[in-house]
Amino acid sequence: MADSSAAATHHGPDPTKRDFLQLVAAAGAVIGAGAIAWPLIDSMNPSKDVLALSTVDVELTPIVEGQGITILWQGKPIFVRHRTAAEIKEAEDVKLADLIEPQADQARVKSGHDQWIVLIGICTHLGCVPLGNKPSDPRGDWGGWFCPCHGSQYDTSGRVRHGPAPLNLWVPPYAFETDTKIKVG
Amino acid sequence: MAGLNKSDFANPLINWIDTRLPIFTMMQKEYGVFPTPKNFNYFWNFGALAMVNLAIMIITGIFLAMDYQPNAELAFGSIQHIMRDVNYGWLIRYVHQNGASMFFIVTYIHIFRGMYYGSYKYPRELLWIVGVVILLLMMATAFMGYVLPWGQMSYWGATVITNLFSAFPAVGPKIVTLLWGGFSVDNPTLNRFFSLHYLLPFVLVGVVFLHVAALHVTGSNNPLGIDVKSPQDTLPFHPYYTIKDSVGVCVFLIVFSALVFFAPNYLGDANNFIPANPLQTPADIVPEWYFLPYYAILRSVPNKLLGVCMMFGSILMLFVLPWLDTSPVRSARFRPIYRQIIWVWVVAVIILGVCGAHKPEGIWVILSRVCTVYYYLHFLVILPVLGKLERPLPLPESISRPVLGGRGGGPRPGSARAKPMEKA
Repeated sequence: MADSSAAATHHGPDPTKRDFLQLVAAAGAVIGAGAIAWPLIDSMNPSKDVLALSTVDVELTPIVEGQGITILWQGKPIFVRHRTAAEIKEAEDVKLADLIEPQADQARVKSGHDQWIVLIGICTHLGCVPLGNKPSDPRGDWGGWFCPCHGSQYDTSGRVRHGPAPLNLWVPPYAFETDTKIKVG
Repeated sequence: MAGLNKSDFANPLINWIDTRLPIFTMMQKEYGVFPTPKNFNYFWNFGALAMVNLAIMIITGIFLAMDYQPNAELAFGSIQHIMRDVNYGWLIRYVHQNGASMFFIVTYIHIFRGMYYGSYKYPRELLWIVGVVILLLMMATAFMGYVLPWGQMSYWGATVITNLFSAFPAVGPKIVTLLWGGFSVDNPTLNRFFSLHYLLPFVLVGVVFLHVAALHVTGSNNPLGIDVKSPQDTLPFHPYYTIKDSVGVCVFLIVFSALVFFAPNYLGDANNFIPANPLQTPADIVPEWYFLPYYAILRSVPNKLLGVCMMFGSILMLFVLPWLDTSPVRSARFRPIYRQIIWVWVVAVIILGVCGAHKPEGIWVILSRVCTVYYYLHFLVILPVLGKLERPLPLPESISRPVLGGRGGGPRPGSARAKPMEKA
């Protein structure tokens, strides 16, 4: 059955020895190539020293109401803004149906710390840093942030209200260490 | 349609490409059906191994360059960063570092193959010359690569080697200043060495292409050193030699892996774990093992300029080897005296290497002088004279005859009929 002519034309319904050898050889070659490629590719991932830079502490006391500061975390700007009572109310009163990416303000702050909004300061459109942390900056029609690159506007909760940005500003992982200190990352 | 290639490939996409850009036809001609002497031994693997090694060096080098800092302040630290912080950085660096040694092992065996079997003789002189250019480029690349980690041996190796050029009268010191970009080996030197160390491997790829192109004009030499006389003497390159080369690549990778995983620093120097210090030369300064014979030649001559000339000359002489060797017989197999004295030369080179690893005192000075003289005698006196005096053994009629006739195991089908065809 598996004579030489059957092995030469290995299209038949029965798997021949040669088919098996070819598949094993090809699979071995693919696994080998992958095993060689992986260390090279993985070397381009963040190295240990970069990963070690992934938390930063922020003291909140110096930030007065209505002010925001920008800090650096993993090479990215982080907005920490001390919101006024009017700004909090404005953010909470918005109807979710009016939002491009519906999300309640409470879901974007730590409960009991409504006055603090912490955001990754990168426009979700194409990565520019929006203006609005300083009271003298343009803050757009919704009193939050305004991106100078393509005119996206965010409200006081950092939610996008006017395109082209498709998503709200991201909230980084952070936690309150004390009432006046947070750890980002 | 003038100019379009008539492609024989059945696959329509390959056929479409091949009609317009006949790379598939070319690969099929040069690596598929390419007629190759059928009597290669494993010495004929080393050209392919060197190519594989070059590819490994370029790939690992590209990834190392992503994390390396070519700056005198940062270079040493960035190597430690690669070894400790970068994912698999230790592996990529150890492969690159030991890959340099493997490259020289493979290339030296490849060169020895050429010398033993007379591969440099007519009509392969230019092929050989291009090979010597490859050797010189490799040496320059390896030397500059060794400087990049900016350890003590890097720094002082760079100082000593660049200072070789100061031996030339009048212009010497100016050349050295030009090489350094300053008045000592320093940041500008490191920067330009990094630039050139990245460039030269790609130049090597180009010269290797010429080496292979020249090979495919003349065809390969073979262990008998006689010309291919008929298709009976050859095999298509694929699958016979692709498989044989693959076996060699497996063995090569096993040796390479053993070095990388079990003895990654065996061939290195402990002094290169100390950051470069321009104020203190290490007590024992030696180059990497693959430069030791030349280093011994340099030190064996008491005169500075002459020593430098003898060292460079020991390699430059290879350019004219096709004309120094006057024997018309290629393979050492049929040269009863040459096949012995070629080993004497090999032993002399190895002794020179050992001398290069020792301080130039006592017996080592004498040994390195004797071997240096012998090295030159071999090329300049023995080879030209031996070609005239030696009486070679009778050469076989063709490659097929000794292959088919020399082995036991009874008659082979077709061998009797093959004989008349050989003259065809």
